[in-house]
Amino acid sequence: MGIFDRLKASLTKTRQAFTERVETILHRRRIDEELFDELEETLLAADIGFETTQFLLNRMQKEARRKKLETADQLVPVLQEAILEILGEDPEPLTFAIPGPTVVLFVGVNGVGKTTTIGKLAKKWSDEGKKVVLAAGDTFRAAAIEQLVIWGERASVDVIRQTTGSDPAAVIFDAINAAKARKADILLCDTAGRLQNKANLMEELEKVYRIIARELPGAPHEVLLVLDATTGQNAITQAKLFSDVAKVTGIVLTKLDGTAKGGVVIGIKQALRIPVKWIGLGESIDDLQPFSAAGYAQALFSGATWIVGDNA
Amino acid sequence: MFDALSERLQGAFQKLRSKGRLTEDDVKDAMREIRRALLEADVHHAVAKEFTERVREKAVGQEILQSLSASQHVVKIVHDELVSLMGGEQERIARAAKPPTVVMLVGLQGAGKTTAAAKLARHLVLKEHRRPLLVAADIYRPAAIDQLRILAKQIDVSIYAPGNHISPPEIVREAMEEARKAGNDYVIIDTAGRLHIDETLMQELSVMKDIAQPHEILLVIDAMTGQDAITVAEHFHSQLSVTGIVLTKLDGDTRGGAALTVRHVTGCPVKFVGTGEKTDALEPFYPDRMASRILGMGDVLSLIEKAQETIDEKQAKELEAKLLKNEFTLDDFLAQLQQVRKLGPLDQLLGMLPGMGKLKQLPAGAVDGSQMSKVEAIILSMSKAERVKPELVTKSSSRRIRIAKGSGTQVKDVNQLLRQFEEMRKMMKQFSSLAKGGKKGLGSLAGAMGSMGKKGGMPFSHGGKRRK
Repeated sequence: MGIFDRLKASLTKTRQAFTERVETILHRRRIDEELFDELEETLLAADIGFETTQFLLNRMQKEARRKKLETADQLVPVLQEAILEILGEDPEPLTFAIPGPTVVLFVGVNGVGKTTTIGKLAKKWSDEGKKVVLAAGDTFRAAAIEQLVIWGERASVDVIRQTTGSDPAAVIFDAINAAKARKADILLCDTAGRLQNKANLMEELEKVYRIIARELPGAPHEVLLVLDATTGQNAITQAKLFSDVAKVTGIVLTKLDGTAKGGVVIGIKQALRIPVKWIGLGESIDDLQPFSAAGYAQALFSGATWIVGDNA
Repeated sequence: MFDALSERLQGAFQKLRSKGRLTEDDVKDAMREIRRALLEADVHHAVAKEFTERVREKAVGQEILQSLSASQHVVKIVHDELVSLMGGEQERIARAAKPPTVVMLVGLQGAGKTTAAAKLARHLVLKEHRRPLLVAADIYRPAAIDQLRILAKQIDVSIYAPGNHISPPEIVREAMEEARKAGNDYVIIDTAGRLHIDETLMQELSVMKDIAQPHEILLVIDAMTGQDAITVAEHFHSQLSVTGIVLTKLDGDTRGGAALTVRHVTGCPVKFVGTGEKTDALEPFYPDRMASRILGMGDVLSLIEKAQETIDEKQAKELEAKLLKNEFTLDDFLAQLQQVRKLGPLDQLLGMLPGMGKLKQLPAGAVDGSQMSKVEAIILSMSKAERVKPELVTKSSSRRIRIAKGSGTQVKDVNQLLRQFEEMRKMMKQFSSLAKGGKKGLGSLAGAMGSMGKKGGMPFSHGGKRRK
């Protein structure tokens, strides 16, 4: 199953899928104010946010007038195009540094799935024949190190660790040197979850970032903000404040296999130019996939017109 | 992004200042802003719509209270309505007539169930003198059992954790037996995070519920949850009949509109909120504070409470005495600064004050904690005598140069600090005459806070701006 199908399947898991609603709204209806009200609700329900929703609605209204569109389904490509325009071209999911190691730093608030994401990527790249090393930089949460170690065993890769309570910057320091010495291709650095308004914890992260940059010029090559698709508008502040201390290069949007759509990433791309690079569509290792804007937009909107044909 | 609703409403109401009664049209404008505020706080759109409708009905035709402007009046209606929707009274955790009381925590992955379970156990031990048993029934997430085990040890609570080789329903069955044998009066079951649409795992929860017969099923929900909170709450509630809500990660800067959504869907009260990563960070839920927060109106009550917890009462009294005698020195100032700092990051603190929303528009760093570190360094580079008599420094340029060098700052920074300290002393002098009127304890802090408000920033923040 391709990413697109998988995404479609994920997004249509429930009868109340967002996609169905777009379908229901758009099918052979005349374009009127009531229609835009319903579209607004649908966009809002996907966590696209007030500002971006207004932006998209305005765009549709303008286009509808300009192109003299009559029925609602003609709006689908307009909406899709507007979203694709914001999301832009798909980025490379990972830029490999030559020579290695390529250092990837994972950041985010608590409970978004940083450790799990690292575990899955470690397995993926290790299976592809890359030498992967993990750094257990979450030295705060109880059993966080053990959790990463279990993932390390599953992926058969080394985990550089100290004990709970030790300085995360020191762990990362060790890990970079270990990765260099062991000639690793990829070093994945876990960090403790932290809320972006905690000044001291953000300073700690800044230090980790600084140490990586100091120990390996050009690193970190990627800083991935792990974002839970269930999160609402607070994700924008997360993206902004994490970028302030550790220049975020991309987003991993996790838990897209639920009913949440993670539409806030559209606003984040628009406001902060941070692209989504990976999406998490389930528990198994293959469910972490490179992001495709077209797939995402299509699955969200027009895809629905064909997927849920029985509803028409 | 975080403009207070009241500021927005002021815009919508500018034209109706002179009127004594709200008309349908005035209210319509206001409702648009209220809806927007709710949506930006992540209240579900349908809930927001229904809510604004209720408020509209209440607001139309009302006499504007004499003491309040139209915008404040509408905000008050909105606020009151939010409070009443989120439940008037504080609700306690259930207690079974025949122990043990069984509490089951359920929710999505990463909501914070394991941490909440430990916090709840600690709360029961310390605040209610109970003997809870924690049950590790999350056999799926790697190291989840270890996590609960470590937390249980930290808070010195017994735990039943047979490992991940037996099924969660079986763990629950055994744990109930264990609790009866050991005489525990509470059983707190930590379950694995799961998607609300995962039928197999949701079914598993039902089975566990049948076995444990819990008196309380708490839905643990992340305060940052967006519109999907409605679907999550609906599914968990219809499957399990949730009895209460734990709202986690409320120490973030999220407005937490999900609280209203979940309350609306389940009709269950929020029983606790999580406000930090440590096991002591569990607080009761205050609907009025939550209402203010959703509306972006600041949270004065929380600030006062935080201050009460952090400020050293004795030190505050001493300081007050000094103020009254006008003996405030740079040492005292430093102590004061350090106390304010203990309250948390400055911008977060200011965010709790109403009308401080505007400060968010200040250039980054204007209310920066680093400014405080600088002041701290300068004072620490002074001799004891200099701290007591800043005039010594004011008069001597060689002292100023020495202090600047010692603190890694510039002479102008030292000058600025001295000037501002002098201003502050004058202010304190005025304040001390007020304080003689009978203010107690927190007076000095409240005074300092008050002056922050009046000047639109910390005493030292305009220095930062000037340098820009």
